[in-house]
Amino acid sequence: MSFVKGLKCRECGTPYKLEPVAICEECFGPLEVDYDYDAIKTKLTREEISGRQKTMWRYRELLPLEGEPTVGLQTGCTPLVRAERLAKALGVGELYIKNDAVQHPTLSFKDRVVAVALSKAREFKFEAVGCASTGNLANSVAANAAAAGFPAFILIPDNLEKSKVTATQIYGANVVPVKGNYDDVNRLCSEIAGRHPIAFVNVNLRPFYGEGSKTFGYEIAEQLGWKAPDAVVVPMAGGSLITKIYKAFGELQKLGLIEEQATRFYGAQAAGCNPIAAAVKAGTRDIRPVKPNTIAKSLAIGNPADGYFATGVITNTGGWSEDVTDAEIIAAMKLLAETEGIFTETAGGTTVAVTKKLIEQGRLTAKDRIVIAITGNGLKTQEALTLEDLKSIEPKLSAFENAAGIARAAKAAA
Amino acid sequence: MPQTVIIPTPLRKFTADTELVEVQGATIGEVFAQLEARYPGIQARLCEENGDLRRFINVYVDGEDIRFLDKLQTAVPERAEISIVPAIAGG
Repeated sequence: MSFVKGLKCRECGTPYKLEPVAICEECFGPLEVDYDYDAIKTKLTREEISGRQKTMWRYRELLPLEGEPTVGLQTGCTPLVRAERLAKALGVGELYIKNDAVQHPTLSFKDRVVAVALSKAREFKFEAVGCASTGNLANSVAANAAAAGFPAFILIPDNLEKSKVTATQIYGANVVPVKGNYDDVNRLCSEIAGRHPIAFVNVNLRPFYGEGSKTFGYEIAEQLGWKAPDAVVVPMAGGSLITKIYKAFGELQKLGLIEEQATRFYGAQAAGCNPIAAAVKAGTRDIRPVKPNTIAKSLAIGNPADGYFATGVITNTGGWSEDVTDAEIIAAMKLLAETEGIFTETAGGTTVAVTKKLIEQGRLTAKDRIVIAITGNGLKTQEALTLEDLKSIEPKLSAFENAAGIARAAKAAA
Repeated sequence: MPQTVIIPTPLRKFTADTELVEVQGATIGEVFAQLEARYPGIQARLCEENGDLRRFINVYVDGEDIRFLDKLQTAVPERAEISIVPAIAGG
């Protein structure tokens, strides 16, 4: 059974029926799902949730489906890793990595939103699905559509990393590279959705799609023993995820599943695409769009739709937002890999680099319980890395011992 | 030469479901005024009471966001395609 009352405009509050619409006709504000929390409260307890399967659907009362989920049944419940070696390197105490780089099936947090969106597309009886994507969403829509038997139309900027394109084409999706950046792709998708009956997960299904991100937050709180952390650091592209984690903690509190929380929210962007960070630093909620230029392509959204709400969450919780250079992003990808054995994509490098910067600024301290949101896998953005060229040796013990760097490392390890 | 405005779904109840509307204006402000003359009420959906473009709307002239240009004073070339697009989620 469903606990969804309908949709309502997040800006002006106008109510709407449960339909595949995303935009308020009065003010163009985004629509969001309206739940009956009183009814959910009678059903959902810690014990009830703990007894369920380890997938994101253990929180299904808080997700906007009418019936049972039909797509992405195994998604969710990724590890929350205690990152002691990274904490030591950064000079903080209790630090965790929420690791959606190992999400099922396509190694990014987008599998959460797509599981909800495609289940919803089926409920709305759509026969085709699609998305505008910077890469990770493309992978996830293509894979989940293939598994669910939907034809998929995937529009991407034509400068995406090759591995992300390959990891979309393999599923047999109709991949359409568009000459331009993500904002151009987005505009085109919006116009296509106005003419063709395609469920674009982040266009006409946006209110449902976004709700899937909340499970990232529910899991963090449950994995910390039903407690929200003191601080979370979240990468920002469109700015939705950070607002959904905030919403998730708020809902758990409203339902009595966690105690009052005072989590500070920190947003991470790349210097080459920092419209939300720039607004926070300027003390405004008005986003000035930028033309992206960064290796963190999955974060390269110059005109973030949820930027206004993201700045609100950040400033109202006492958080902050920072941006980092491409060189800092690469260094942080290496740092996370070398300290925790986690290979994240450039977006994750951005988040770790911003965490480092926030610690240096004294905004995050050794007293804080900190969670870093790692949302995507490094195997997808290998082009961003240029590591040392390796030299082959003869298969002889002397050759190994004579190879200068290796010999030193072997001696150090002895 | 006329220009074409692509009317987004949330505004089509004003245009009797017409998707493409031909206009002729030197600036976006003039184009909006023409839309208002033909479809009364539509301008209030596009702009705040003080005349500024609403927060969650993006307007493009041949693919260029008018926030990067001269906002409502942005010049509209002949035969330009004008898109009115709601802000959209990440991906």
